Amino acid sequence: MVSGAKYSPASFLSRLMKPFITAHKRYGTEWWILIAGALIILFMIYMALFPSTLAPYDPSDQAAGPQLGEPSRAYPMGTDNLSRDVLSRVIHGSRTILGVAFAAAILSSLIGIPLGLLSGFIGGIPDRILSLVMDSVYSFPGLILAIAFAAMLGPGVVNITLAVAVIYIPTYFRLVRGQTLSIKEELYVEAAQAIGARRWTILLKYIFPNVIATVVVVFSLNIADAIMTEAALSYIGLGLPAGIPDWGRDLSMGKKFLPSGVWWMITYPGLMIVILALGFTMLGEGLSEILNPRLLER
Amino acid sequence: MSVLFNVESLTKEFPVHTSLVDMLFAGRHRPVVHAVDDISFEVRKGEVLGLAGESGSGKSTTGRLLLRLIDPTGGRISYHGEDMVRISRRRLEALRARLQIVFQDPNSSLSPRMSVGQAIGHPLKIHGLAAAAGRKERILDLMEKVGLTPAEFLYRKYPHQLSGGQCQRVVLARALVTNPEFIVADEPIAMADVSVRALILELMKQLKAEFDLTYLFITHDLATAKYLCDRIAIMYLGRIVEVGSRDELFSRPHHPYTRALLEAVPVPDPDKRRTAEVVRGEIPSAIEPPAGCHFHPRCKFAMPRCREGRPPLKEVAPDHFSACLLD
Amino acid sequence: MSEHVLEIKNLTIDYPISIGTVRAVEDVSISLRRGEVLGLVGESGCGKSTLGLSILKLVRPPGRISGGQILYHGRDVAAMPDKEILKLRGQNIAMVFQNPLTSLNPLFRLDRQFLETIRQHDPGVKKEDAISRAEKVLESLGIEKKRLFEYPHQLSGGMRQRIMIGLGLIMDPDVVIADEPTTSLDVIVEAGFIDLLNRLRDQFSLSIILITHNLGLVAEIADRVAVMYAGRIVEVGKADRIYHHPLHPYTQGLIGCVPNIKLDQEELVTMGGNPPDLVNPPHGCRFHPRCPRAMDICRRQAPPLKTHAGGQRAACWLYENKEASA
Repeated sequence: MVSGAKYSPASFLSRLMKPFITAHKRYGTEWWILIAGALIILFMIYMALFPSTLAPYDPSDQAAGPQLGEPSRAYPMGTDNLSRDVLSRVIHGSRTILGVAFAAAILSSLIGIPLGLLSGFIGGIPDRILSLVMDSVYSFPGLILAIAFAAMLGPGVVNITLAVAVIYIPTYFRLVRGQTLSIKEELYVEAAQAIGARRWTILLKYIFPNVIATVVVVFSLNIADAIMTEAALSYIGLGLPAGIPDWGRDLSMGKKFLPSGVWWMITYPGLMIVILALGFTMLGEGLSEILNPRLLER
Repeated sequence: MSVLFNVESLTKEFPVHTSLVDMLFAGRHRPVVHAVDDISFEVRKGEVLGLAGESGSGKSTTGRLLLRLIDPTGGRISYHGEDMVRISRRRLEALRARLQIVFQDPNSSLSPRMSVGQAIGHPLKIHGLAAAAGRKERILDLMEKVGLTPAEFLYRKYPHQLSGGQCQRVVLARALVTNPEFIVADEPIAMADVSVRALILELMKQLKAEFDLTYLFITHDLATAKYLCDRIAIMYLGRIVEVGSRDELFSRPHHPYTRALLEAVPVPDPDKRRTAEVVRGEIPSAIEPPAGCHFHPRCKFAMPRCREGRPPLKEVAPDHFSACLLD
Repeated sequence: MSEHVLEIKNLTIDYPISIGTVRAVEDVSISLRRGEVLGLVGESGCGKSTLGLSILKLVRPPGRISGGQILYHGRDVAAMPDKEILKLRGQNIAMVFQNPLTSLNPLFRLDRQFLETIRQHDPGVKKEDAISRAEKVLESLGIEKKRLFEYPHQLSGGMRQRIMIGLGLIMDPDVVIADEPTTSLDVIVEAGFIDLLNRLRDQFSLSIILITHNLGLVAEIADRVAVMYAGRIVEVGKADRIYHHPLHPYTQGLIGCVPNIKLDQEELVTMGGNPPDLVNPPHGCRFHPRCPRAMDICRRQAPPLKTHAGGQRAACWLYENKEASA
């Protein structure tokens, strides 16, 4: 049995906050940027996974309210031209955009990272050829390439994901290859050779773990970028079928009604895109500061 | 007294990266750095053989060649009679359990993402020694032996959380965990603080006695070489110019370069300040070294003969060899 | 007019960092006489480099001088405005750093670097005059005049270090602060460098502060030696006193742990323990956790620097009640 005084809510709260305070002391503002970004993302993820708990209406319900109704108590973000509640559409739309961005980032990293590792480690002619290919793709304006791919592949969530994923493969490839090349020269890699480690072991146990830290940061920033790309693709009408609520398409739709003074159809989806991208950027920047070894660590 | 390593005519040349234009005009005569130039020596079991020299002498390269971390351009290396040059990759990897190296920069020798325990234990995993259960105990035991205490506490730490001296101990423990026979120590104390150097040197002495080790001690500091080594080989611009026992070398140095080096070493005693003039000139380029004896441009005893052909290592006293034409 | 070129009085330098404040230098008082070589020795983190930098107010922010004075010919450097410090730097007090390759601008030819340095202090100087001054300095350094037309990367390490000295001496300073000037040099070149410093000291009546961890080097050239530990001076005195009769246990440990090529050493002295934490340094005498002869008072109070025979000063409670014998 424990005494109540020891476990009062105040002391529990202070114990909970302790790691945060220590982290703040250590990392300063970066820590709070990271936390802010993480909170935004967590909220968005919740929204994407359980939209019905938040959305007051069915996003496809074309009789939810008045047509082109201004934001009001009942419809905080107003209604669109098909009398659908904008708030509900925005909430449900998070799933698509987050899903595509995540999937695209994961796909491109799963391809780009191993290729970068192997290419950097093996070197020689295969490395030269692969680098050339990757550099060519990289130097192409990403959005245009994505548009081209999306147009080629046709509509559908999977195709959009593929189109977005392809343009980011070179990002991971170049980053990982560069890191691999420099880490290959480090003394601890030579030391690993000296203790008898085989080449695969060196790659997986000594090079990969030291490369991965930067990748995590890039991953977060990558998702931010992928969000914008996906929004852009659906904005111009590529990819997603009409039924799925999507911020990009809603943005494009809202543009049509802007001249008539209907600002809420375009503002709220646009705002959400920005906030979501910001969330991932903040997470990435915050992580970047923290994961880099700091000078006065000891 | 058995011989661990027998090295004959070991040579290592590194290509020099030149511009495209230079390459076109150089034709067949591509410039190379003569890092190690046809050296022969032996490493005897149980000794500390010092390999001393200044920068460009080839001492670090020699250490790495011995362990086959780099491939020689020519020559023979035999370990317990086994040919180390034409050896299979498998066999070499297996031998690595017996032959270890400790580098100059302890912090860079450890992967930042591996804890102390993981780093020290990895050689055990690679060579399949000690079952997983006994492994941790073995590591902790070794950590105690090298002075990494409290062992349980430090077991989980990462290199950036340790001091330089502690890192070097981790490196030593990692080198010892497979019970090696031979360790190349490449300037192991150069980057450590003054007081830590003494600690590491004493530790190395202790470990040598306890584990019956043989060391190749590479250093630029002759005072340290005198303290630790049984025999010392002096290298200059890729060649061994003198080799002999510690007492012989320091009391009766023969080669003018050795003598110059000994004169130049600073002594921590104001009463024993250097009076003689320091030898003139600087170490020439290893790409186009002077003809004949590499040291002749700076040598005050230089004769015309010194320019023609390389002086061979000749015995000037029992087990004391010098590559100088002087008597 | 005192014969002290430099007098540092109760100098304290702090570095505020995220986890606290590092007291890099604490209450250091030391002086430099005309024509003398003072060796400032210690291990990493002892504050010797910070002390050297502070003399020319080169301590990087957030580091700052939080107390004390640095008197150069009676004028307090610590209280000087920036404009005056700029005049002092290079002209009266010169500093030579560890790595000459990074201290010299790789893009400029050497003659230009000399010219710029001279112009900095003497804007109206004519190019021919400046170059001839540079040539004269090179002569005393033992470098051929034609090397003036080369770039830093074309020179060897030893030569670059000589050029650094040259740049430092070109304006005829009377104080040179050399911070680990030979760490990147080979043994023979290092010895030549020390000979050079000796010659220059005699030729130009220089006062030199040699900051280094290399005890052999200091013994070769220093007249007096100051030993620092955890930001404090623990012992200071004439070179032969320090090396032959060290009073402070840290000095004793330091001298005893260095391999000496002229001796047959059985075993080196080893000092246990860890280097001090400069954010939360030990109470009392900073060395007490590692001292083989620590007493109760050492844990409570920091010992002051007490003068003993022969002008040797040591900060140790062991000698509180008795004078150290000669």
